[in-house]
Amino acid sequence: MRRLLGEALVPVATLVGALVLWEAATRALRIPRFIMPAPSAILGEGWEWRYRFIQHTWVTLYETLGGFALSMAVGVPLAVLIVYSPVLRGAIYPLIVLAQSVPKIAIAPVLLLVLGYGELPKMVVAFLVAFFPVVIDTATGLAATPPELLDLSRSYRASAFKTFLKVRLPMALPFIFAGAKVAITLSVIGAVVGEFVGSDKGLGYVILSSTSYWKTELAFSAMILLSLMAIVLFAAVSLIERLTCPWLVPEREA
Amino acid sequence: MIRLDGVAKTYRTRRGDPVEALAETSLTVGENEFVTLVGPSGCGKSTLLKLVAGLVPPTRGTIRVRDQIVSEPFPDVGFVFQQPVLLPWRSVLDNVLFSVEMLGLDSRQYRKPAGDLLELTGLAGFETKYPHELSGGMQQRVAICRALLPDPGLLLMDEPFGALDAMTREEMSLELLRIWEERRKTILFVTHSIPEAILLADRVVVMSARPGCIARVITVDLPRPRTMDLEFDARFKAHSDEVRSLIFSGRKVRA
Repeated sequence: MRRLLGEALVPVATLVGALVLWEAATRALRIPRFIMPAPSAILGEGWEWRYRFIQHTWVTLYETLGGFALSMAVGVPLAVLIVYSPVLRGAIYPLIVLAQSVPKIAIAPVLLLVLGYGELPKMVVAFLVAFFPVVIDTATGLAATPPELLDLSRSYRASAFKTFLKVRLPMALPFIFAGAKVAITLSVIGAVVGEFVGSDKGLGYVILSSTSYWKTELAFSAMILLSLMAIVLFAAVSLIERLTCPWLVPEREA
Repeated sequence: MIRLDGVAKTYRTRRGDPVEALAETSLTVGENEFVTLVGPSGCGKSTLLKLVAGLVPPTRGTIRVRDQIVSEPFPDVGFVFQQPVLLPWRSVLDNVLFSVEMLGLDSRQYRKPAGDLLELTGLAGFETKYPHELSGGMQQRVAICRALLPDPGLLLMDEPFGALDAMTREEMSLELLRIWEERRKTILFVTHSIPEAILLADRVVVMSARPGCIARVITVDLPRPRTMDLEFDARFKAHSDEVRSLIFSGRKVRA
C-alpha cells in the first residue's frame, strides 16, 4: 500500500504541477478563453453543464458499448472461422484487411445516409473501427495452442468442438482480452467520429457545436469526460479479464 | 503388444518436396516391455511415436497394436511430451482429470484414482495448486499422472525429461521406474540421453538419421530394480559404448 502511494506520487504531482502552470500561464499571459481556457474555466463550465452532460455522456456511452459489443460478437466468430477453415480464411481475410484499410471517417457520412440519424450508425462506425484488433488477436490466440495439446486431444479422440471449448478457446482468452482492450478504446473514437458527421446529442456533438460558438472551455470539458469514459471502460475490461483469467496474474507479493 | 511391419513415413514440405522421416522399419514390442528409442535429432523417433499412436498415417507398412491395425487414434494410449503442456487455468487435480474428460468418461469417478496417482508421484497436497505454482519437474509429474489416469496399456513418452535440469532428470527417471514397477505398462520412451536410455530400458532401440531408421536393438541385461550406481557397472559402460559408437559411426568426431 505504501509502495503504491509512492508510485502514484510522481505522476499525480506532475499532473497537478502542469495544471497549476497552465492556470498561471493563461492568467499571466492573458490568453483569450476561446484559444486556451484555464483549467478553472473548464471545470466551471463543466459544472454548469453537469445535468446536460449526463444525457450526452449516456448517449456516447451507449453508442460506444453497442459498437464494442458488435465488434466482439462479429470479430470472435470471424476469427474462429478463419482459424478453422482454410477456404474461409482465403475468402474472408482479404476482405477484413480491405475493410480495415478504408478510412472510417470516409465511410461515416455514407453510413449515416443509409442508416439514418440515430445511435445505430454511430455504433456501426464504432464497430468498424474496433473489430479489426478483435479478429486479429483472437485468430492469433486460437492458432497459438501448443501442437502437443492438439495431439493429446486427438489421441483421446475428443471432438473438434470439445477441443475448442476445453482447450483452444480458454487458451486464446488472454489474446481475446488484449483485442478487447484495444477495441473498447477504439469504440469511443468510433462513436465520436460518428457523432461528428451528424448528430444532435452525445459528447462528440457537444465538442463540435461548442467550438462553432467559440465555447472552447465547453469542448474541453466534453473531451475530459470522453477520456474519463475511455479510461473507465478500459479498466472495466481489464477487471473482467482478471476475473475470468485469474491464472494470468500470479501473486507478485511473494 | 506393438508390431511395426515395414513402416515408413514421408512428409511433404510446404513446397511439396518429399522428406523421408522414417525409412522402412520393423519392430516388435512385448507386453509391459520398457523400450527406449535413442538417436540424433531427425532420426524419426518422434514420428515413430506419432505413428504408433495413430496420429499420423504411415506412408507404407502396417502398425498393429494388440493385433489391431492402427489407422486412427485409439483410447488405450497415454502421451507425455517434452513440455508438460498443462492447462494453466486448471488446478493440478483438474489437469490430471483432463485425460478422462477428453475421453468422454465421468470425471467424478476418477477423483479418487487421480488423488492416488498424485500421491504415488509425490504430489499429495498439491491438488488445488495451479501449474504456475509448481516447478518444472512437478509439472511434468502432473503430466505423467494425466497420462496414467485412464490406465492405458501403452505409454508413449517423447523426451519427457528433456526440458528438466540434470539432477531433476535423474530423480524423475528413477521415479518413473518406480511407478512402472507398481503399474506395469508397455512404454515407448524417446530420449537424447544415452545413460537415460540404458538405465530405463529392457531394450534400447538405437536409431540413425537421414533417413531415420533402426541401427540396432540392444537388450539391456541389467538387474532391476535399477539405481544410479549402475552407471559404474561394467555392463552399463559396455552398453553405452555400443550405443555411442552406433550413433557416432559415420560421423567425423573432432577432438
